[in-house]
Amino acid sequence: MTETLDRLGHLALFADLSRPQQEAIVHTYDEEVFPEGQRVLRQGLSGANLYIVLDGEATIVIDGSERARLGQGEFFGEVSALLGEAPTADVVAASSLRCLVVPGHEVRSFLVAYPHVAVRMLESEARRLATTLRWLG
Amino acid sequence: MARVDERPFPPGDYPVVVVGSGPGGLQTSYSLRRLGVEHAAISQDEAPGGMFRRFPVFQRLLSWTKPDAPAERGTREYEWYDHNSLLGDEQAHQATVPPLMDRAFFVPSRPEMQAGLESFADKAAVDFRYGCRWESTRREGDDLVLTTSDGDYRCRFAVFALGVTDPWKSPIRGIEHVPHYAETRAPEDYRGKRVFVIGKRNSGFELADGLEPWARQVVLGSPRPVSTVILAFSTVRARYMQPLEDHQLGGGTLAVDAAIEAIEPAGDGFRIHAEGTTRPGRIDFEVDEVIAATGFRTPLRDLTELGVATVGQGRIPALTPYWESATAPGVFFAGNASQGAAGLRKHGVAASSPAVYGFRYNARVLARHVAERLGRTVPRDRVAHDEIVPYLLRELTRAPELWAQKSYLARVVKSDGGSEIAPLADWVDRPDAGSVAVAVEMNDEGAIYPAVYVAREGDVQEHLLPPDHCNDFEGDEYRRELTDLL
Repeated sequence: MTETLDRLGHLALFADLSRPQQEAIVHTYDEEVFPEGQRVLRQGLSGANLYIVLDGEATIVIDGSERARLGQGEFFGEVSALLGEAPTADVVAASSLRCLVVPGHEVRSFLVAYPHVAVRMLESEARRLATTLRWLG
Repeated sequence: MARVDERPFPPGDYPVVVVGSGPGGLQTSYSLRRLGVEHAAISQDEAPGGMFRRFPVFQRLLSWTKPDAPAERGTREYEWYDHNSLLGDEQAHQATVPPLMDRAFFVPSRPEMQAGLESFADKAAVDFRYGCRWESTRREGDDLVLTTSDGDYRCRFAVFALGVTDPWKSPIRGIEHVPHYAETRAPEDYRGKRVFVIGKRNSGFELADGLEPWARQVVLGSPRPVSTVILAFSTVRARYMQPLEDHQLGGGTLAVDAAIEAIEPAGDGFRIHAEGTTRPGRIDFEVDEVIAATGFRTPLRDLTELGVATVGQGRIPALTPYWESATAPGVFFAGNASQGAAGLRKHGVAASSPAVYGFRYNARVLARHVAERLGRTVPRDRVAHDEIVPYLLRELTRAPELWAQKSYLARVVKSDGGSEIAPLADWVDRPDAGSVAVAVEMNDEGAIYPAVYVAREGDVQEHLLPPDHCNDFEGDEYRRELTDLL
């Protein structure tokens, strides 16, 4: 078993998948490591991808101000990938950051191939929406 | 009396040490020297060539060199048609591979490639200390110290051009019973046999292609499906598509998407236990031979203990856009391992850094970057203000760097007219105000188009221009659009 497979296997996002399915994901999608301070997602640049945090932390920055922090098992880039639009925020590595990268144009087929992951992502999106609604009042 | 060692670069203090004499090391050393950067170049081998002194197994490269092409040999334009020669700053150092090809194919054989690299080292007088094996690495203050078979080298920066050359096997139960790709025997040894190849990337398909004339049946298996829709997204170069086509026609050859769970010796052969990935379900195979075409890794030795993080299941160093370790400052990588820098990865398109035609440009940019980190001033070509638009359009249409390294390398022109090739991912994060960068890009539908990035007051605006049927971006429409943008 590789370290990557081990990391992925411990994330709630992939908890419903079989070991061969997790292995297929590790073989199919690349990992990337970003040093602290490196931009991962760039506001306004097209062709962005979906990033799933395997290790470390990232911050969401809009027009220079920090809006949220993401940790292990969380993800970003899904909105721009699914809508085919450039990201509306920067995401910056807040520490040494290791992510799994799903190319933007493959996100739809990735979610169709792994519906359990899609449901877990939807739950996470619902929580984010609920937080936003509470914040709006 | 002891024999005097006439080899260059004895152990000692150098600003930079380059390790490895494959194409990545040769190009880096050559480019550093052209910039006047003192460095030691060491190699455990006895002669230049690196992995091409042995691989590929079937002795034929994947990437093209057209001995006769629309551009003349020895010109920058000819690099477009010659993906295997290294880059020379003088005509005599360019295009060293094509004169050595017998033209049986338009891709060189392994010996032709090796001879081409030796010819480059000879003509350009790229010296290495051969027979000097790097053994370990440590930090002392701001310096790195490389211990070798000949003694210690102290340096500010080390550039490791080690290739991705250590055979790597996936952690599958029973894999110790089967040989790696690197241990493949002569094809006639597989006559009449059922052969299972683990892996569906280039080395797997190369084996399948080479074994087809001899084996009774070839089965390729790995968890990842092969995407052939767009070559830039494919794990297999077009040269080895034949076994995949055979699979689609039905019959002997199979390409199966399955996670291999165990390899079990059974009689004179093996039993493979697998679980389907694209389509779930158990699959078992009885075969005579198994070969693990599961790839290679960079021989990092103790660099991970120095803090070098890896990607690709521990096989490749994780790098910044200028090919410095993302986690161990001062440790750079050239050659095939420069694929550890993914760049912007726009639309999922990867850089061409695993291939000579991609990493030769990386090495030249890396040398300039290292020179500047050492405090050297590297002069830039200047572009007159009224020439910037035609210059950028010409670069977009003809620059081999931009076409080889789509959305990775960009042509940058600064506000003072200074021009350079630079990694786009670095430039977009720290652009000089008033500078502009252009890159050739490809979207998820395979359309190739020019991208223009304009820096204004710390912000970068992206503008995508339309594709052209003939990839000619020098026409009036492009001239008008770019003039408006700038």
